[in-house]
Amino acid sequence: MHELSIVTGIIDIALREAEKAHADMIEAIELDIGCLTTIEMTAFDFAWRQAIKGTLLEGCTRIVNRIEGRARCLDCDTVFGLQQVYDACTGCGSHWIAIEEGRQLSVRALTIS
Amino acid sequence: MCATCGCDTVTTKKASRQVVEVERDVLHENNLLAERNRGYFLAKDILAINLVSSPGSGKTTLLERTLTDMKGQCTFAVIEGDQQTTNDADRIHATGTKVTQINTGKGCHLDAHMIHHALEGMRPPGESILFIENVGNLVCPAMFDLGEKQRVVVMSVTEGDDKPLKYPDMFYSSTLCIINKTDLLPYVPFDIEKARSNVHKVKADLPIIELSCLSGEGLNVWYEWLLSK
Ligand SMILES: Nc1nc2c(ncn2[C@@H]2O[C@H](COP(=O)(O)OP(=O)(O)O)[C@@H](O)[C@H]2O)c(=O)[nH]1
Ligand SMILES: [Mg+2]
Ligand SMILES: [Zn+2]
Repeated sequence: MHELSIVTGIIDIALREAEKAHADMIEAIELDIGCLTTIEMTAFDFAWRQAIKGTLLEGCTRIVNRIEGRARCLDCDTVFGLQQVYDACTGCGSHWIAIEEGRQLSVRALTIS
Repeated sequence: MCATCGCDTVTTKKASRQVVEVERDVLHENNLLAERNRGYFLAKDILAINLVSSPGSGKTTLLERTLTDMKGQCTFAVIEGDQQTTNDADRIHATGTKVTQINTGKGCHLDAHMIHHALEGMRPPGESILFIENVGNLVCPAMFDLGEKQRVVVMSVTEGDDKPLKYPDMFYSSTLCIINKTDLLPYVPFDIEKARSNVHKVKADLPIIELSCLSGEGLNVWYEWLLSK
């Protein structure tokens, strides 16, 4: 259940930012979670509900941007979307690829008041 | 709030609503500490190797063999990550190698912070190889950089040749793949060609070493790899 560590990391970042800005409330939090990360959203939601209890994040709106996977083929230079890390190039079938998008896991923004 | 009656008249200055662009990686803290560990390893000329696998793939056995066979050739130290017991650390201790145990309890992976503290406690010798045996789990440890130079994923022939496709992140983030227990190949339906091809689907340039800790077959290739790093 690394989702709990991830959630804890997000909460730490959010609370630190909120404190820096002397916020009384966090109204919304926006997250970028790439589709190629091993975040299991059911486990994530469960951990989230438990972990925000009693913090400034309790009751806030959570916006999750799922970022689609994208890679560039190192053989033929095709840029293509991928569902799995092991998907082959759609142009030539090669597995020599560089993943450019879809692995990110970050806190993008907070709405505070 | 008013201390006498509880009314809300004493309002403190209220900041208006504002959007803060944070743009911060969730693993930022871990990654910073990992870089600190990496700097420490570099300064002391320590080759840090993070060993990951499912439970039972043979990480501890591989270490026992390595520490015994290469005694005298290199200086070693070991950090053992285990959820509960000290069994693995005891097995390493029996080879005469310096070992520190980290009990992660319910935690399913080691992180850079735990390694940082383990290093403070153990002070591994310089010009050495430090093995870090991670918790047996192919999902969670993938995301946590410990500051290692090499990440070695161990799978065994009893686990099925589709392992890399089931846990692609772990294979993608590794720098070497070991396929262990090749002595059992005659007894299990494991297609080693298919396993290799699955590994390379996830990461086209991941080197693979096939070996058996039991028969010793292929161990020399692993030792050569170690000495070359
Ligand atoms: N047949 C066979 N068994 C092995 C081999 N390597 C390890 N084992 C056995 O696999 C089991 C799990 O090994 P262990 O090193 O504790 O796995 P770990 O959980 O990854 O540390 C033990 O019973 C080992 O004796 C091997 O090469 N061949
Ligand atoms: Mg072990
Ligand atoms: Zn291509």
